[in-house]
Amino acid sequence: MQSETATRSQSGRLTRLLVSGPPFVFLVVFFLVPALIMVLASVRFPGEFGALAPLVGGAPGEDSGLTLENYRIFFGDAIYAQIFLKSFGVAGLTTLICLVMAYPVALLIARSPKRHRDLMVLLCVLPFASNFLVRVYAWMIVLGPLDLLFSRFAVIVGMVYVHLPFMILPLYTNLEKHDPSLLDAAQDLGANAWNRFWRVTFPLSLPGIFSGSALVFIPVLGMFAIPEILGGKDDWLVGNLIKESFLGTRDWPFGSMLSLMLTIAVLAIAGAAAWLARRGVARA
Amino acid sequence: MALLEIRNVTRRFADFTAVDDVSLAVKAGEFFTLLGPSGCGKTTLLRMIAGFDLPDEGAIVLDGIDLKDTPPEKRPIHTVFQSYALFPHMTVAQNIAFPLRMAGKSGSEVASGVKAAIEQVKLIGKGDSYPHELSGGQKQRVALARGLVNRPRLLLLDEPLGALDAKLREQLQIELIRLQQDVGVTFVFVTHAQAEALALSHRIAVMNHGKIEQLDEPDRLYGFPKSRFVADFIGNVNMIDAVVARAGTPLGLTLPALGPVTAPGREGIAEGAKGVFIIRPEQVAIRAASEPSPDPNQFEGKVNNFLYVGDVTTYIVDLPGGQRIEALLPNSAPGRAKFFEIGDPVRVSWKAEAGAFLDR
Repeated sequence: MQSETATRSQSGRLTRLLVSGPPFVFLVVFFLVPALIMVLASVRFPGEFGALAPLVGGAPGEDSGLTLENYRIFFGDAIYAQIFLKSFGVAGLTTLICLVMAYPVALLIARSPKRHRDLMVLLCVLPFASNFLVRVYAWMIVLGPLDLLFSRFAVIVGMVYVHLPFMILPLYTNLEKHDPSLLDAAQDLGANAWNRFWRVTFPLSLPGIFSGSALVFIPVLGMFAIPEILGGKDDWLVGNLIKESFLGTRDWPFGSMLSLMLTIAVLAIAGAAAWLARRGVARA
Repeated sequence: MALLEIRNVTRRFADFTAVDDVSLAVKAGEFFTLLGPSGCGKTTLLRMIAGFDLPDEGAIVLDGIDLKDTPPEKRPIHTVFQSYALFPHMTVAQNIAFPLRMAGKSGSEVASGVKAAIEQVKLIGKGDSYPHELSGGQKQRVALARGLVNRPRLLLLDEPLGALDAKLREQLQIELIRLQQDVGVTFVFVTHAQAEALALSHRIAVMNHGKIEQLDEPDRLYGFPKSRFVADFIGNVNMIDAVVARAGTPLGLTLPALGPVTAPGREGIAEGAKGVFIIRPEQVAIRAASEPSPDPNQFEGKVNNFLYVGDVTTYIVDLPGGQRIEALLPNSAPGRAKFFEIGDPVRVSWKAEAGAFLDR
């Protein structure tokens, strides 16, 4: 009896290992290792023609070994903090506008007859069928004659346009699962249309709002093409800075450092949001 | 004056008439039940009372006021839904507070109302739990407390006990009766479970195909059904084809399979009318064929089968002419487990005033 239980728990452990093993290996190889490479790259010297200088035994006159120079530059000049703040501002505003625009659309799809929903979702993702750059360039044609091009406004328009489906889809997936009898119950118990939304639909859709916001906020932070095309030269965001470090000045270590700082900032924000959400639940 | 009046209400869906010219009146303080099989229109009628659906014809009148222009949120009517429909993101206390908040009650009124309601449904200490942490019976109680906390004029209950197991259902039935007496709110209860309806209601409207078959008190419905549908739907019944041989009191009937019997008299029945003779199994006495019976209606037969359920045994008896009849015998005689075996010759009989003739 005892040995049988032992065998069962052993086979259970084996199953768990088999199931969780491949994704674990995948994450280590394609996420953890590259991240560590980035950390290492950020404390090395740039190579003469891009890439990285050798760690040891470099040619005479060439830098080699490790350095914190990049971090000194980053924290020593307010311009980088400004660009980071500006990027977070743009990402936050884009997320907010996407949320306000996507919510009614997601609600409309979720409340439509079942047979129409798939078509409506398809229409939301249809823009992805044409090339991203083509769609962004199209905005130049739209905004150009209106004299709105090469401005912060144009950047936000482009960001919202590109990322709207990423907000609609998670919201719709969440709203679609809501039990319609809850709204009947709320109405039956005296709730008008606003209270039915604000006290039932909205709080139940918070998980959808969180995932949609993450799917918009994080890509917008790293986006460089839209500011470059629609924003003009002097309105750089973090994404442009990183791209320029790798492809323009060919300073890989500096680009790595910027990427790392961006990752840390995003993680900090996500952590703060999770902490706030938990506190909110505890208080409620 | 009646609290709720349903006046000639009809509701059609495409080519299907869900509720067909229904009229009824519910008195204040009453426990009123709409009973019927699924698709009989009882839920459609309930949704119209709540305001989620509107009648195509007729009127729903509460306290003398036609509700046709009053949306559900403005009606002083609350519903306990079949699925309970508790708000999953709110605690028990928040769920119960919801109707009070919607009615704009002050913070202290809400708090005292919620506290009293939680005590009333015996959920003390569960106020901070979330619905997913509760058992089925507890969810049921929260739904009841939430429906009653604001003292509506009318509480509608849509098969609220359907999802619970038998033992718990019985317990909640008793609590439901007590609760209704305590709060004095008028209940309109919808169910397809006839035993539940009999146990709970002051009056029952039996519905079939969108119409009311019979509206009566539980004992009258069971004892004096007015149609085959009601007789068959409520309780068990023997139904035997019959022709009226002699009108008047008592009624003389001919059962083509068995011969003449007498039944209680009924007005408006003419000689030669065709219908059925109904008699409840517990009204059919059963004894060994060798024993005589004083009853005027009696037949000899053989036990075909029996169903032993503990307190009673139902004997299925084959009578001459291929007729079959069920007789119920209480197992109350001490020192005896069983009275008859399959194949035993038995005598079934019933009194002249037992049973009834139904022509519809």
